[in-house]
Amino acid sequence: MRGTPAELAFARHFAAARVAQASREPAWLARHRAESFAAFEAQGLPTAKHEDWRFTSLAKLEQIEFTAGGVDASAPTAELIAASRIALGPAHRLVFVNGCYAAQLSSVGALPPGCRVAPLSALLGSDGEAVERVLASAAEPKRRALVDLNSALWSDGVLIELEPGAVLDRPVHLLFHQSGADAPVGAHVRTLIAAGAGSRGTIVEQHSGETRHPDLTNAVTEIRADRGAQLDHVLVQDLPEQSTAFSALLSRQEAQSRLGLHAFTLGAALARAEVESRLEGEGAELALYGLYLGRGTQHPDQHTTIDHAAPRTNSRELFKGILDERAHGVFHGRIHVRPDAQKISADQTNRALLLSDRATINSKPQLEIYADDVKCSHGASIGQLDDEQLFYLRARGLDLATARALLTVAFASEVLEKLPHDGLRASLERALLGWLPSGGGA
Amino acid sequence: MSSNPEIAALTNREYEAGFTTDVESETVAPGLDENVIRRISEKKGEPQWLLDWRLRAYARWLEMREEDARWAKVTFPKIDYQAISYYSAPKPRKKLGSMDEVDPEIRATFEKLGIPLSEQKMLSGVAVDAVFDSVSVATTFRAKLAELGIIFCSFSDAVKSHPELVRKYLGSVVPYSDNYFATLNSAVFTDGSFVYIPPGVRCPMELSTYFRINEAKTGQFERTLIVADEGAYVSYLEGCTAPMRDENQLHAAVVELVALERATIKYSTVQNWYPGDKEGRGGIFNFVTKRGACRGKRSKISWTQVETGSAITWKYPSCILQGDESVGEFYSVAVTNHYQQADTGTKMLHIGKNTRSTIVSKGISCGHGQQTYRGLVEIHQKATGARNHSQCDSLLIGDKCGAHTFPYLDVRNASAQVEHEATTSKISDDQLFYCQQRGLGTEDAVSMIVNGFCKEVFRELPMEFAVEASKLLSVTLEGAVG
Amino acid sequence: MLEIRNLHARVEGKEILRGLDLVVRAGEVHAVMGPNGSGKSTLANVLAGRAGYEVTDGSVLYRGRDLLALTPEERAREGVFLAFQYPVEIPGVTNSYFMKAATNAVRRHRGLSELDAIDFLTLVKQTMKDLEMDEKFLSRSVNEGFSGGEKKRNEILQMLLLEPTLAVLDETDSGLDIDALRIVADGVNRLRSPLRAVLAITHYQRLLDYLVPDRTHVLMNGRIVKSGDRSLALELEKRGYGWIERELGAEAPA
Repeated sequence: MRGTPAELAFARHFAAARVAQASREPAWLARHRAESFAAFEAQGLPTAKHEDWRFTSLAKLEQIEFTAGGVDASAPTAELIAASRIALGPAHRLVFVNGCYAAQLSSVGALPPGCRVAPLSALLGSDGEAVERVLASAAEPKRRALVDLNSALWSDGVLIELEPGAVLDRPVHLLFHQSGADAPVGAHVRTLIAAGAGSRGTIVEQHSGETRHPDLTNAVTEIRADRGAQLDHVLVQDLPEQSTAFSALLSRQEAQSRLGLHAFTLGAALARAEVESRLEGEGAELALYGLYLGRGTQHPDQHTTIDHAAPRTNSRELFKGILDERAHGVFHGRIHVRPDAQKISADQTNRALLLSDRATINSKPQLEIYADDVKCSHGASIGQLDDEQLFYLRARGLDLATARALLTVAFASEVLEKLPHDGLRASLERALLGWLPSGGGA
Repeated sequence: MSSNPEIAALTNREYEAGFTTDVESETVAPGLDENVIRRISEKKGEPQWLLDWRLRAYARWLEMREEDARWAKVTFPKIDYQAISYYSAPKPRKKLGSMDEVDPEIRATFEKLGIPLSEQKMLSGVAVDAVFDSVSVATTFRAKLAELGIIFCSFSDAVKSHPELVRKYLGSVVPYSDNYFATLNSAVFTDGSFVYIPPGVRCPMELSTYFRINEAKTGQFERTLIVADEGAYVSYLEGCTAPMRDENQLHAAVVELVALERATIKYSTVQNWYPGDKEGRGGIFNFVTKRGACRGKRSKISWTQVETGSAITWKYPSCILQGDESVGEFYSVAVTNHYQQADTGTKMLHIGKNTRSTIVSKGISCGHGQQTYRGLVEIHQKATGARNHSQCDSLLIGDKCGAHTFPYLDVRNASAQVEHEATTSKISDDQLFYCQQRGLGTEDAVSMIVNGFCKEVFRELPMEFAVEASKLLSVTLEGAVG
Repeated sequence: MLEIRNLHARVEGKEILRGLDLVVRAGEVHAVMGPNGSGKSTLANVLAGRAGYEVTDGSVLYRGRDLLALTPEERAREGVFLAFQYPVEIPGVTNSYFMKAATNAVRRHRGLSELDAIDFLTLVKQTMKDLEMDEKFLSRSVNEGFSGGEKKRNEILQMLLLEPTLAVLDETDSGLDIDALRIVADGVNRLRSPLRAVLAITHYQRLLDYLVPDRTHVLMNGRIVKSGDRSLALELEKRGYGWIERELGAEAPA
């Protein structure tokens, strides 16, 4: 640690939480938190010297003294929460405000047999072992400052456990909401997903808020998919434009499992969305899709690593970015094929659309291959809307703004159409239209 | 070829003259300090400004750390910079009486490459009879160039005869403070080549270091500067396909190219330095800084490289596209076999409007070879209408090797179009079987398929060079398939 | 010339050929027909020595020698030619270079002098003319961007250049229009001689209109279940394979 105001505030937060949690939390967890914080202290907040942070500076964030949140600061109304929601329809819904579970705003409903969905805070009282079983099971032993910070400070979160063969009847909707506090809040939340063999389900994780402070959301999600499990996870980050959003999605897959990850980075001044996926069992398949938007001085940073650690594993990755005004987008995608992981097929694509001359994109696809019987490819392209297509639409009577909006949505549609849920797809498409400079025109 | 006894006599005399300098007194003891640099400069009779430049580089180098240059995906032991002798006059290679005394392995390679016997002798340091000889060719060749006002000489000669040109352009593309190895080179470089093509002149022949191969042994800290004035054209070839032995482990060369308005420079390299043995012992560390500046409107710089040698290759021939509508190209074939490591690629910096760049990289990795493509395409904010297309393909032969692709794309202009594509795959069983079914042996089939894979790059090479490069590739791949 | 006895072969652990017997004598043309999945392509690939086709039992004698002991290129040099069902593309390798290298590899093996560039070009251009192939195919990469018919013609071109003793045609007729079919068949007929043999594996009998076979065999479930003359092919065309299955079913012990 270099002793920046933010780091010192995290240390105060940790010290205070330690006292408060001492009576409520089991000893193993206290130990885990202490080890994690020590690891964070050893690393400190990442700087641009770190190759993985070359294009993303935390200099501003370093100056902010985040406080631990609390649900009672000024509890948002149910209406506000409802307004920020994406139209998901019936779902098992859990709402968290400033990192704490808000039971009165949630509606978990009846769960199908073999499915467990519960806030961690509640589980620690009743079945702490379940949390211990799953926590950090998807994380690599590798240290990452922000994940360690989350491990030390998480205030609440969710455990989703699907027993072998269990099937979620409707999506689980996790809404993490930042609400008006007196000072910048740093909320650290943890989502643990353990999908047993052959289980199936869809989980939607949404980060939203309404404060005027530069709040921080630091979310870590761990997914473990056992043999033959089929899971879709959708992450929608739609925080207010002055906040910072860190998310880390760590997944591990067993043989024949299929995981669909969908990451939408729409809001926040600075967003760092990390995905780290490991395919550990033969025949595991991963599909990773992402859409990131930036305007004003927004800085969306997508950082993905796919680790093929077993033979006959497949991955397909597609990210699309749309950058306007002075936004600075970053895409880092690494595909790693380990020695002896033969018969691999991996395909990665990042396409970025620059709508303004002052927008910037840094694209850094990487292939690191240590096995020979592989078919790996990546493609990256950066460009703008096609003049001929624009002209064609205008020749058919559309005005320029509408034509641009139409083509921009078309650009994004390849990612949108992969969503496993119609309502979700429609609401994200609306969000995109609303985001466009013309207000969509159409 | 010539059997003219006069030429033969002349040739031999020149060689003798070249080799009879008092070697002992010309060698500076190993180690590096300010005095060593002053002595290098003094021995070469350099002007004060050049000495000052070297000393500035040296001062900067002392502040730099080699660790900071170790970001590439290569591993090598610590280099003892004080154990290197920074100035030694051309060391005469032990003269051999006949080809029989040459290492049989090298002789076999010569045969496979189809290098004429006379050239084999020259390359191995066998006394050359009155036959084809590069020096005599070079002499007639120089006269012809001089008529056109083209300057093609050693770097030291250029410092003496054209100091104003050297002073104007030296370090203008690769500043002395550029990176650890380039900075070291700036402080201690011994010699290299200098080329200047006057306005509107199209150099009528390929210029080649090949012609200077035995004139000056400048391998270790070589410095090349090529300037093409307005509307000029030059094609320059570096290296040759024959296996190059050198006792110096560290090579840190610098190449600077400057293309003024409408000028074109084509720079082709075949690098076949000693790669070390099959167990990865020995071999050259080739840390090279090559960069070209397209200063003028519609200027063009094209790099083509075939890298088969060296234990470690670390080089990124780059283009700074300053002039509007200027063009940068990079075509590369790199092969790593046994325990070779290569981290190579390019940087294309688009600064001017409507600048264009093309990158084609073909990496072949076999044995325990590790190969990395590392590239940067940077589109500056003012570079309206810039275009880049990159294609990086890797071919893996065997399951102990690795191939890695690290492109960086940095785009700050909305009218830019940048496309990058990369693939990694193993050599196709179907293709191999097809060739075998037509009667071709495995090794021939592999060589044929790999040559096909590299064709896009080879066709950028001058014709003769391309043929040699393709043979070289086959030789390098030998034993790659079990 | 070719004597296949009790051949069993597996692909990816699955037994495809289950005791196949077939004898082809010099000068003969044999047609092997059969429904999809009967093992036709497996037979062709086993004869050519493709990796992944594991022979678990039986023997193949070719001109009295154990064919299975030879590497693929040795088989090719000894005169076994496979016209591929799906010829692979080899980017960057020009067709003429490839064919010259192959022709000379085979010639060397047979103790013939290698053809120089001029002799080879003269030969190949004449052969292409006979096959009504455009000379532009010489300078294109092997099979790259060729249409299905062009690929098949290119196979026949190579066959004529390599002058095999035993030509195995793996569905060479599929995807050909009637003109191309005639040209391909003419090419094969040109090769016919008392010293050579042809094994034509096909799905349809229309190739056999042009390439009148001496014997026709039906391959089913990895075995030759019926052999006959030309009329068998016509009957198959008319009646399909079902009747043979029924016939076999009747014969088979319950």
